[in-house]
Amino acid sequence: MALIDVHDLTLPNRLAGVSFTLPPGEMLGVIGPNGAGKSSLLQSLAGLLPSRGDIRLAGTPLHNLSNVDRARQIGFLPQFCDSAWALAVEEIVALGRLPWHDRDEAIIREAMQETGIEAMAKKRIDRLSGGEQARVWLARVLAGTPRLILADEPAASLDLYYQAKIMDTLRQHANGERGVILAIHDLALAARYCDRFCLLKQGRIHAFGPPEAVLTETALSDAFGVPIHVDLAHSPPIILPHETHQKPL
Amino acid sequence: MRLTARAIPTTNVLLFLGLLAVFFLSLSIGSASVPVLGGLFDWLIGQPGISALVMGEIRLPRTLLALSVGAALGLSGAALQGLLRNPLADPSLTGASQGAALGAAFVFYFAFLPGLGVFAPLLAGLIGAGLTLLLTLWLAGSGRPALLLLAGLAVASLSGAALAAVLNFAPNPFAMQELVFWLLGSVSERGMAHLVFLLPALIIGGMLIWQQRPLLAALSLGEQVATSLGLNVRRGGRIIVLGAAILVGASVATAGNIGFVGLIAPHLARPLAKNRPDHLLWPAAAIGAMLVLLADIVVRLMPPGREIRLGVLTAFIGAPIFIRLIWKERREWL
Repeated sequence: MALIDVHDLTLPNRLAGVSFTLPPGEMLGVIGPNGAGKSSLLQSLAGLLPSRGDIRLAGTPLHNLSNVDRARQIGFLPQFCDSAWALAVEEIVALGRLPWHDRDEAIIREAMQETGIEAMAKKRIDRLSGGEQARVWLARVLAGTPRLILADEPAASLDLYYQAKIMDTLRQHANGERGVILAIHDLALAARYCDRFCLLKQGRIHAFGPPEAVLTETALSDAFGVPIHVDLAHSPPIILPHETHQKPL
Repeated sequence: MRLTARAIPTTNVLLFLGLLAVFFLSLSIGSASVPVLGGLFDWLIGQPGISALVMGEIRLPRTLLALSVGAALGLSGAALQGLLRNPLADPSLTGASQGAALGAAFVFYFAFLPGLGVFAPLLAGLIGAGLTLLLTLWLAGSGRPALLLLAGLAVASLSGAALAAVLNFAPNPFAMQELVFWLLGSVSERGMAHLVFLLPALIIGGMLIWQQRPLLAALSLGEQVATSLGLNVRRGGRIIVLGAAILVGASVATAGNIGFVGLIAPHLARPLAKNRPDHLLWPAAAIGAMLVLLADIVVRLMPPGREIRLGVLTAFIGAPIFIRLIWKERREWL
């Protein structure tokens, strides 16, 4: 059975008839130019935006689930995270347990171990670097033990070390019955980690499928409006716009 | 001191003991020297006598009123700061305190509700707070909490303007003086009957806020995260504003404006709650109660003559604490 089955998802002015299926154990990269509807798609799936269409999570229509049941199944990591108060790291991770109405210390510790932040459990969030904070936000999502993680640009504005850390953790999560859908701008990074891609353009699916079917020069150049060079055989994969002008000497 | 999860209940117990100490201190201070426990006991068993009279009719109502008003202000301040994710949010932002003041002004000027005597300003204050609250909720519609704040501010400004107009067209200087003094805030010359109004408001408002603790916790990380954690931000936000307005409206209607307590108490309580807005409610209520009780004790210790009003004193105590907090915050950012 599919982990998530999206049929004709529509959100006025943002998404039009988006349909796709993601099997369990996979990581789906949602890509496309700015304003293509990547964040809107993730937020609709998380129940944050009032979209129309049929979304089924492991066969159950999403609108049949209560808010709490949905929150137990789907974890959402927004693009911009912050804490209004100077909370300790472990307190923030513990907030991930809210849908379960408990504070399961074993699960909280495991989430911190998976993201490598257990040494800073007692530290205040505002005393951490951006990269360390990004791992705390992810640990908060992991503590909810969701079946599906929706992550909006989880690696944006991070250095190479933290990019790899975050993507490794998400990749690790996407196995067995679980899965990950992430919106991502760094196509080369996405090509290394994602099993499947959803290329959006103006709120519609422009291409969907495995990397070799979606990450083509034609599809990407068409969607982004610039000529793009793709070399998936290279390790790591190369996806860059062609030079449109000469560098000054 | 670093507080562990297990240390929090200890902190709460210490706060309770502190509150109890200030409560008995408040009972023991006054112009007449009266045995506290003996007086209370005599009053409870209905034994007539001067100490029973002083305790039961004067000091106990005054102390309980100061305690309730402080707790209501501290609790509502903590809830609103958590809801709006803003340490500067003040209970008066719901518009309820200005509404209560306006309601009371009607009583002083137009002899509104004449049959109720001393309870007229109280009831009119509650009606005023209720009406401004309805106006705020209607104006904000189904909007986000931040919009509720703006709506509250707009309604508060409108009530403030109406209050200024009432002052402007005061029928006589005595009515104006009476109102101005009432607005400055006091818990003196009030009886147990005032508590009958205030206590249900404290319980209802407190319960409305208390059941929204998960929302307050989740809102630390923003509205999107709170919604994704399965919480109804809009509905919960309205319940918190309703609870805060009931608390503030009732306390302003009973004791006038007691400034700064709603703003300061959560700040002082925050380190005790590890900054968690959901763990902050009880400590903020306890500290609010202690602040008002202590301020009222100082009011009573002042030399006899023209009594300094409680609201003036809390502002004089609160403002320097606030300045110190800003100073501390500024150092942390450097």
